[in-house]
Amino acid sequence: MENIRYDLITALPEIVIVCMAMFILLADLFLKPSNRITIYVLAQVTLLTAAYLTVSTHAQGVGYAFSGTFVDDAMADVLKLMIYLGTSLIFVYSRQYLQLRNMFRGEFYALVLFSVVGMMIMVSGQHMLTLYIGLELLSLSLYALVALDRDNAKATEAAMKYFVLGALASGLLLYGMSMIYGMTGSLNIADINHALNTDGNIQSVLVLGLVFIVAGLAFKLGAVPFQMWLPDVYEGSPTAVTILISSVPKLAAFALVIRLLVQGLGVHSLVVEWQQMLVIMAVLSIFIGNVTAIAQTNLKRMLAYSTISHVGFVLLGLMSASINGFNSAMFYIASYVFMTLAGFGMILLLSRKGFEADKLDDLKGLNQRSPWHAFLMLIVMFSMAGVPPTLGFYAKFSVLQAALQAGFLWVVVFAVLMAVVGAFYYLRIIKLMYFDEPLDHHPIQAPMDMRIVLGFNALGLLAIGIMPQSLMELCLYAIGKSLN
Amino acid sequence: MVDYFFLHVLSFAIWVPVLAGLVVLATGNDNKPDTTRWLALLGSIVSFLVTIPLYTHFNFAEGGFQFQEFSRWIPAFNIHYQLGADGIAVPLILLTSFTTVIVIISAWEVIEKRVAQYMASFLIMSGLMIGVFSALDAILYYVFWEAMLIPMFLIIGIWGGPNRVYATVKFFLYTLLGSLLMLVAFIYLYFQTGSFDIADYYKLQIPLNVQVLIFLAFFAAFAVKIPMWPVHTWLPDAHVEAPTGGSVVLAAIALKLGGYSFLRFAMPIAPDAAHSLSGFMIALSLIAIVYIALVALVQKDMKKLIAYSSISHMGFVTLGFFIFNNLGLEGAIVQMVSHGFISAAMFLSVGVLYDRVHSRQIESYGGVANTMPVFAAFAVLFAMANSGLPGTSGFVGEFMVILGAIQVNFWFAFLASLTLIFGAAYTLWMVKRVFYGEVANEKVAALKDLNKREFLILALLALLVLALGVYPQPLTDMTNATVTQLLSQLAQSKLPAGLPSGL
Repeated sequence: MENIRYDLITALPEIVIVCMAMFILLADLFLKPSNRITIYVLAQVTLLTAAYLTVSTHAQGVGYAFSGTFVDDAMADVLKLMIYLGTSLIFVYSRQYLQLRNMFRGEFYALVLFSVVGMMIMVSGQHMLTLYIGLELLSLSLYALVALDRDNAKATEAAMKYFVLGALASGLLLYGMSMIYGMTGSLNIADINHALNTDGNIQSVLVLGLVFIVAGLAFKLGAVPFQMWLPDVYEGSPTAVTILISSVPKLAAFALVIRLLVQGLGVHSLVVEWQQMLVIMAVLSIFIGNVTAIAQTNLKRMLAYSTISHVGFVLLGLMSASINGFNSAMFYIASYVFMTLAGFGMILLLSRKGFEADKLDDLKGLNQRSPWHAFLMLIVMFSMAGVPPTLGFYAKFSVLQAALQAGFLWVVVFAVLMAVVGAFYYLRIIKLMYFDEPLDHHPIQAPMDMRIVLGFNALGLLAIGIMPQSLMELCLYAIGKSLN
Repeated sequence: MVDYFFLHVLSFAIWVPVLAGLVVLATGNDNKPDTTRWLALLGSIVSFLVTIPLYTHFNFAEGGFQFQEFSRWIPAFNIHYQLGADGIAVPLILLTSFTTVIVIISAWEVIEKRVAQYMASFLIMSGLMIGVFSALDAILYYVFWEAMLIPMFLIIGIWGGPNRVYATVKFFLYTLLGSLLMLVAFIYLYFQTGSFDIADYYKLQIPLNVQVLIFLAFFAAFAVKIPMWPVHTWLPDAHVEAPTGGSVVLAAIALKLGGYSFLRFAMPIAPDAAHSLSGFMIALSLIAIVYIALVALVQKDMKKLIAYSSISHMGFVTLGFFIFNNLGLEGAIVQMVSHGFISAAMFLSVGVLYDRVHSRQIESYGGVANTMPVFAAFAVLFAMANSGLPGTSGFVGEFMVILGAIQVNFWFAFLASLTLIFGAAYTLWMVKRVFYGEVANEKVAALKDLNKREFLILALLALLVLALGVYPQPLTDMTNATVTQLLSQLAQSKLPAGLPSGL
């Protein structure tokens, strides 16, 4: 009895969100379209409640629930809080966009909340099947969200592409898991690690399983050579969904990597194997992401390639295979998420009915139309380029130092050179905003709450860039408590 | 309160202009540009005044860092907010805050679009550059060093000439590439010492092959900034396209950041590499002095000519550094300060003509002295100073470096002194074509002489150029102790004991 109670309390935030998502779906049927704002408020309150529950059930140690398949540790709690915050920002940024496109319906909010639960399960999963269920819940919600704008051919195509490739990747992941299961006799992360540690012999089947798992993870992260889906999905989805796909799920994917590769397969002889794979993927992602981004004329597509290069930098931290490295990777991914949110938030802010603001040229002369918003975008772009004093600089700095500590001098030098290439296309955005004449003279229409939140989001990149200590310590705390 | 100020002079020197810039940016209104201009001027004057105590309270006998400040910043990486200035940094800080005042005045009615953003960029950049000169923590230094690129990028890009986008992107990427390699070197040193404190780096023993790599990483950052031949190609583009104020700050201060950083980082952290690569560095410096002077000779664009002349003069600075003697080093520092005044004055003079005729081509002018006699007098003075005439500040630095070079190798001094001929040739030939002869065209005939504002800034600079030329002692007194200490530091090998030097 005591056990069940503990289990339920540990998973309370997930349970609350699931219930609320279903309630929203139901309530939507009875609400008049003019009252749909209630749903928006409900969704925000749900996230707030979940955040409160996560904070109040936060324990110092590591707790296991549901027979060791679900873990409650510092990393899980910190990542969950970041997911709530990110999702809440997405709700604020996307509201007007959805309203103007007749997508402001219960389904959007219910699906996003379901995807949030999926992410939370990925973050807390301590068993391969739990992790897999979380991943699928997230993925299926996202497939549906991409296709939310039913009559849009491009979005439907993107959804198909995403679904087919996503299913393939899930298959790879499952196949890898089955091999690991075959060799270790368990699906539980801790048991797998224990079995690998006691049986020093690493068999080639195990390495093969590892390859499949890494491939599946790389797909979800969007690392080269599994990045093909990313630009098309980013471009095809409604921007309100792109902002979701590009941001918070990366936090969950990071957790998945930590759970599977570090906590599960983190024994020395296997670490050497996946380290090599990550090095190659990191180098390729940084290279292809940055170089291809230069040729883009669509802002969403450009940000997709920029995501690929950022993933490369995250892998740079992960491949260091040290506490310092995981810590820096987490810092990077958290920085990335909030930079991306601000970047897509700006696209959403500039869009209006019948105008997506997703071409590079749509940003032309923004400084003349609104110096304030141009300034915010300037911060976001310099942060993505990694120029101090913005958050992006410390993100790059911390992964570079981790990789250098692990002895990858030439990889670091390469990454640094590619960062210069990357700076070029971010600078181009600034060039368009500041040096060119505007093509579009419509006044910017956006609700006040969105302007204020976006202002805080972008200025936060500068403020944390000047005082990065708090975020660094948060990541240090999360990783330090969860990995020993 | 007064005590607090004197304990944090450097912080005030950095943050007063930054804050002033933000205030200007926030209150700026393009419909009432005059308020913005006065506010910016007030901000720059206050920023200049807070740097004065750096001179009046300077201890001339002390060679180390003064006005030190320390507080914790990012304990996770042992990064501190650590400031201090020595006899090399203080003159450059004063130069920076002074130049900012000049730049604000020079932009008065010239800049008409987005006045607030223009003024704010210069104020913020001034604070950031003072930060570069006074940071004693590598990451703090790096943050200032990189952050100053942002306002400069915008200044060239928004208010520049027709080809401004190409020029400003090239400027940014060139500098960024060098800086990131320097960052890798900093991180390497961090793993060796466990901190980003420059003083710890000075004490670190490093094998020669690593020292060479570190030196080259620093070289990538600083040589681009100075700029040294052959990585100078961004400078003529940036200068030509930049608005007058941008050119002034670039030439007078931004280039000095590179020179200063050689003395602060590359040479004392890797002294053995500096010694073993000194032949290479001297060769590059001499190429800059001689070859770039010849390039300057054939320029048709006045700004381009002065840009090449800057590269050539900065060659003297690096030459002075790498001959490792007192005269050379001190001469190089004098040359940096003097070049700050002269290049600023030269670019402002071109600005005076450009504002009236809207051309930088030498061939658009001729006989300007007939219509603008006062201006011509100033321009000739600055041209003389630029070609190193005794009695002007241009002479002192170059003469000291040549004297220092002759102690090392006669041919170094011989080649370097060629610049006295070439420098005179390209500068005076330009002056002749622009100012003398018959009035070339109607535009020149219609020119009006200097207004009060232009007279004020040129007169101030002329005064300083002459003062430093006749009586450089206040400056050399300031640098003396620091230079002696730096040279003794450079003379000590930092190779780990017990290892053969080739390892």
